[in-house]
Amino acid sequence: MIRITCPVCGTRAETEFTYGGDATVSRPGEEETSMQPWLDYVFNRDNPRGWHREYWHHVQGCRQWVILERNTLNHEVGACTLARDAVEAEE
Amino acid sequence: MKRLGSGGRIRRDRPITLSFDGQRLPAFEGDSLGSALLASGISLVGRSFKYHRPRGIYAAGVEEPNAMVHLRRGPRHEPNVRATSVEAFDGLSATSQNAWPGRRFDIGAINSLLSPVLSAGFYYKTFIGPFKNSTRFWMLCERAIREAAGMGRASYEADPDSYEKRHAVCDVLVIGGGAAGLSAALAAGRAGADVILVEQEALLGGAILSEPADGAADDWLEAITAELAELGNVRILARTTAIGAYDGGTYALIERVSDHLPKPEDHQVRQRYWQVQAKRAVLASGAFERPIVFGGNDKPGVMLAGAIRTYLNRYAVLTGERVVVFTNNNSAYEVAAEMAGAGAHVTLVDLRADVVPEVTGRTTSAGVTLLLGHVVLEARGWGRVTSAVIAPAATRNAESAQKTLPCDLIATSAGWSPAVHLWSQLCGKPAFDEQAGCFVPASDPGHAMQAAGLVMAAGSVDDIVRQGFNRGAEAAREAGADAPAGLMPAPFEAGAFWQNGYDPTWAVVDARGKSRGKAFVDLQHDVKLSDIDQAHLEGYVSVEHLKRYTTLGMATDQGKLANLNALSRMAALARKPVPEVGTTTFRPPFTPVTIGALVGHEHGRHFRPTRLSPIHQWHVEQGARMTEAGAWMRPWYFPERNESLAGAYIREAAHVRAHVGMVDVSTLGKIAVQGPDAAEFLNRIYVNGWKTLQIGRLRYGIMLREDGFVLDDGATARLGEHDYFMTTTTANAAKVLAKAEYLLQTAWRDLRVHVTSVTDQWAAIALAGPKASEVLARVADVDVSAEALPPNHLTMVRIGEVEMRVHRMSYSGELAYELFIPAGFGRHVWESLHEAGQEHGLRPYGTEAMGALRIEKGHVAGAEIEGRTTLKDLSLEGFASSKKAFVGSVLRNRPVLADPHRPVLVGLEIEGKVGAKPGSLLFSSAAEPKGHGEGWVSSTTYSPALGKYIALALLQDGAARMSEVIKVVSFVDDLSLRAKVVSHHFYDPEGIRQNA
Amino acid sequence: MSRYSAASILRHALSGNTSWPRAWRDPEPQKAYDVIIVGGGGHGLATAYYLAREHGIRNIAVIEKGWLGGGNTGRNTTIVRSNYMMPGNTMFYERSMKLWENLSQDLNFNVMISQRGQYNLCHSPGQLDAARRRGNIMRANGIDAELIDRAEVKRRLPYLDYSENARFPIHGAIYQSRAGTARHDAVAWGFARAADRLGVDILQQREVTGFLREGSRIVGVQTSRGDVRGKKVGLCVAGHSGHLARMAGLRLPIETHSLQAFVSEPYKPMVDTVISFGAAHFYISQSDKGGLVMGGDLDMYNSYAHRGGLPMVEHTLASAKALMPCISRLKLLRHWAGAMDMSMDGSPFITRTPIYGLYLNGGWCYGGFKATPASGWCFAWTIAKDAPHPDNAEFTLDRFERGYQIDEKGVGPQPNAH
Repeated sequence: MIRITCPVCGTRAETEFTYGGDATVSRPGEEETSMQPWLDYVFNRDNPRGWHREYWHHVQGCRQWVILERNTLNHEVGACTLARDAVEAEE
Repeated sequence: MKRLGSGGRIRRDRPITLSFDGQRLPAFEGDSLGSALLASGISLVGRSFKYHRPRGIYAAGVEEPNAMVHLRRGPRHEPNVRATSVEAFDGLSATSQNAWPGRRFDIGAINSLLSPVLSAGFYYKTFIGPFKNSTRFWMLCERAIREAAGMGRASYEADPDSYEKRHAVCDVLVIGGGAAGLSAALAAGRAGADVILVEQEALLGGAILSEPADGAADDWLEAITAELAELGNVRILARTTAIGAYDGGTYALIERVSDHLPKPEDHQVRQRYWQVQAKRAVLASGAFERPIVFGGNDKPGVMLAGAIRTYLNRYAVLTGERVVVFTNNNSAYEVAAEMAGAGAHVTLVDLRADVVPEVTGRTTSAGVTLLLGHVVLEARGWGRVTSAVIAPAATRNAESAQKTLPCDLIATSAGWSPAVHLWSQLCGKPAFDEQAGCFVPASDPGHAMQAAGLVMAAGSVDDIVRQGFNRGAEAAREAGADAPAGLMPAPFEAGAFWQNGYDPTWAVVDARGKSRGKAFVDLQHDVKLSDIDQAHLEGYVSVEHLKRYTTLGMATDQGKLANLNALSRMAALARKPVPEVGTTTFRPPFTPVTIGALVGHEHGRHFRPTRLSPIHQWHVEQGARMTEAGAWMRPWYFPERNESLAGAYIREAAHVRAHVGMVDVSTLGKIAVQGPDAAEFLNRIYVNGWKTLQIGRLRYGIMLREDGFVLDDGATARLGEHDYFMTTTTANAAKVLAKAEYLLQTAWRDLRVHVTSVTDQWAAIALAGPKASEVLARVADVDVSAEALPPNHLTMVRIGEVEMRVHRMSYSGELAYELFIPAGFGRHVWESLHEAGQEHGLRPYGTEAMGALRIEKGHVAGAEIEGRTTLKDLSLEGFASSKKAFVGSVLRNRPVLADPHRPVLVGLEIEGKVGAKPGSLLFSSAAEPKGHGEGWVSSTTYSPALGKYIALALLQDGAARMSEVIKVVSFVDDLSLRAKVVSHHFYDPEGIRQNA
Repeated sequence: MSRYSAASILRHALSGNTSWPRAWRDPEPQKAYDVIIVGGGGHGLATAYYLAREHGIRNIAVIEKGWLGGGNTGRNTTIVRSNYMMPGNTMFYERSMKLWENLSQDLNFNVMISQRGQYNLCHSPGQLDAARRRGNIMRANGIDAELIDRAEVKRRLPYLDYSENARFPIHGAIYQSRAGTARHDAVAWGFARAADRLGVDILQQREVTGFLREGSRIVGVQTSRGDVRGKKVGLCVAGHSGHLARMAGLRLPIETHSLQAFVSEPYKPMVDTVISFGAAHFYISQSDKGGLVMGGDLDMYNSYAHRGGLPMVEHTLASAKALMPCISRLKLLRHWAGAMDMSMDGSPFITRTPIYGLYLNGGWCYGGFKATPASGWCFAWTIAKDAPHPDNAEFTLDRFERGYQIDEKGVGPQPNAH
């Protein structure tokens, strides 16, 4: 049972969340009209064998999207931040 | 074999009777089914899996490979039950398995004669069959193989017992209630940690229970148990097996709540599944004895040395009177001495030539005949052991050196294999302890699970207690409990045991490496030493290949007695050290688990939650037939006078168009979209524009997936300046909300918008038909006439005491309203409307009629929005704004999506009196109906308005084929029809009726 | 290398089973190969076999990091069927089915292909309609499919739940009689032995760690035990396609997810067909040894751990009991997991890549076992001819760019939903 420490709700079981996939993909801006950035965003993935930054959606809790660091080889779990905060940090 | 008159830990004051294969047997409470059978002298308990060889009880616990029985009769019947794990109860009924007509005379024994042919992997090399492109030959042979395979026979009856799931949280989980586990629980408990101790037996003590009763070990056990009971922070779960260790400190336990009773008491569950969250764990799971492998070692009467000790001291059963104890280590000496003390004639055969006098002294003084440096070559006997062929280890091949010793029991011990399973499930490959010749948990000091005791190959009671105590104290400390753990309890026995002078030889073979006669490594799956050799010869040299090729380790005992021996053999054949050969990965569960226990109460009606509309009960009371729509139940149709589905929906739909009807649409997804940027949000998510939508107005919207395919549609209303009310289809509500939240919290953080699910907060009713406004006017407090409330407008209305919104919106194509009512008043308002509408002939209708109406109008629904269709495909391209970007707006222009020959939405008027089936394929009338066709039928109905069968379909080049007559074929229904291609707007294409 | 047959079994039995020949060699690598196949699972071994047999290319190496057949080929739930609806899929899986029907004879190794049928249960009229479309496409393409109603399902499978208690009552089913199961290990071993007989070198315990290049062209692989040169390199490492592709600088439309599988204790025969539950992702069959083999949904998150979590264990077994109530008192013996290449449309890749000399076979999601023969056959064709066969023509990497998503479930670019 993967345990996710939601920044709002605390440490919860994975069953309270749905998985959102790779969080390192960045959605092109609304004004982007070229095909390739959209293809990359929607279809192509790093799919690392090791540490992974990924989205989880706390559907049975605060309904926030969080970004979790997790090792896909052994399911070790690292930091968990709100998606809205993480995006802010990049700006 | 017999029951002794005194001793043991059984309840002689509570005699019971049980039956095995129809034979009534006396026993006592405290017996296992295994000990009861042995006490009654039953040596033959079943037949082996492949060769149907006679088999007897081999061990005393969960590692038992042979004594698998059918337990109980009727609906509680259970196959493959390990007799040595069954707590005997009065009236217990068991029968042997895998033998026909009976265990004493079994026709399957013929397989034994065929054993050279039935060697490892034989079925891969034959049954190939002479026929080309045909599997018939193999399948014919397979039938016989399948009937011979399997073990017990399962019942098809439903399970009458119930199960439950519980969650628990603790600081320290101690797995195993033997000396190490008890010491760990004591230390952690004293330190103030919240401890759970699990023990798979009914009694605590572990190996202590195999000691003679009332000795120093029992005193120790009593003292520790008493102190544990005093501490308020130690929960003890007996009859509970830890079956799996999972991520995040999660452990699965199965508690056998009432399996020791004839049946559960009223309101008692049979078993309980615990999901435990533990900060730290101490694995004190002990070790299984390793057997020595030699010719004939599967005969009834060959057993594990430790097991016969357990039967003697725990169950007061003397398993043999002329005993040969065969060993390569010290632990069997105690067994030999105790058996002699109980009156058996014992010969101890030790393949080691040198054993220290402190060890041998115990046996010789008990009258045991000692043969050092000797081996047992073969067990002889027909049906059970009657003699052992013994020879000096060094000269075993010389006939002259061999002698045959009459005996009725051969007890073997080749050392101990730590039960590393749970550790390995979590941590991977165990380490190899060279000295002890076995695998132990690898050292990983920081890990949340540590191991202690025999599972770490501890060599003495002192080591066991010390390790347990220290691991328990550490675990508590790491979990944050740091009261002093106090002094470690003194061990109840001094001295070392089996590790000293251990000789890793475990198989008795001759110079060519052959055993004398069949020597079994995996008893349950009948895998012999020679099978391992053969597999190696054929190149199946990896552990995984060997296991799968020979099926070793894959039986219900999961190879507990076989794995290490097999690995050793492979290592010898490959001329590599054991750790290099590796080990198979241990998979949960540790012992087989009743499936019902892991399901708990989530079965039958409770398999998934059921979502009900607030108006649900009314429909049921009116005799509506209900249908599943995902997790929801919806009214399908309201049959009158035994109507069929067709009769009902046609009547209902016609009635709506002629008069007025009402349908419960509460399951619609509803999302509150609120904030200053709500309109911008809608603009980005929908393909059409939202900036111009005024307060009090609503608009149909379509949204795409990111990859440009249609995702969902629905109407969104503007309730206020920054307040919108979005509806989605029932099926996609959750998906749309999740998508909205995702975008708003990541890419669209610039938007000040909140989205909230309000699906369950609002009941919704669609009122439709020419008389709809009149019905509404009867109850509403404001003017809701067609003129006062134009299409796509909304207003607040009060019906009785209840305030609600009325949206002028039509799905059916008639004059229609959608009422959104606070959910708690849903049924009340429905009933008010229903009553008020009687004078205008208001009737309820269900989803089938709703479907007929929308198909007549050409509206798309789930069957058309099926995840592979585009706006253009569905003739909805006109909605897409060219002035703004929206989700999917770029990827929808990919070449294949823009292909003009893609199937597009059309209507079909079916010729004749039979309706088409959805999923039918379309072909030109001249074309041969084969291949993927030119399209398919998505939705069908009889159209009361048109008086014929119609359908919506996707057809290649559909727009250019109006009036063409095509073939509509459903091969699986044996149905071939003709249909005319028409516009999908069958009925009132201008929308005159709905816009009245 | 001797032929397997009943006669040979007898002969060896009479001589004590001590002179069976090795099923495959353990050779030292050559200096260079015409083709290197990375991945010694069913697909890789099948590719090597068909390259040798159909295209006369014998100088082939199959390089496997562990033991052959030890990946997903050795872990799956052994279902074989050809009931795919999308044009890019339908005939590919039917080719596979036809190859299955003669595979044991072809390989001289009993892969135990048992065509005992498969039922896809439907639990609503809508589901039945969707099944109808699939069944019609199968029949229109000459593949067997039968639509049966509830009463007929009950007659054939009386032990399922037809009571008032069923949460999702059975409405009917679509049935393929030629579908069934095969013995997964036997497939790997059978292809390995047959390929080896044709001169293919199977190099086990050798992990590919990188690619050898000349300019932008791939000319071989780097491994944990030295370099191996090859004119063409084909990747057959589903589960790890992304991992290997990254070494070549490619990003793929794939996420690797865990899929668990379950087996019960062995029982006398009770389920003689394959049954797919329609109300949840679950299916069950009974192996020839008597164990009930069960599969369910993915664990839902990227994973290479080969270890599943408790929530999916509970979900899967709950589906089992919902489908077949009598399973409640039977016992789970073991559960395990494999790593799946979940692609963005649920369909595979058998294709050249943008990199010269590199070919890709992957993206099998959890449906790769049934595809084994055709996957090998088509991949061999693609490698030998440098162009796809019509049956795998749509399994390209660029299909997402073009918009040709082969989406059987219609769920879009969400790998864990397929």
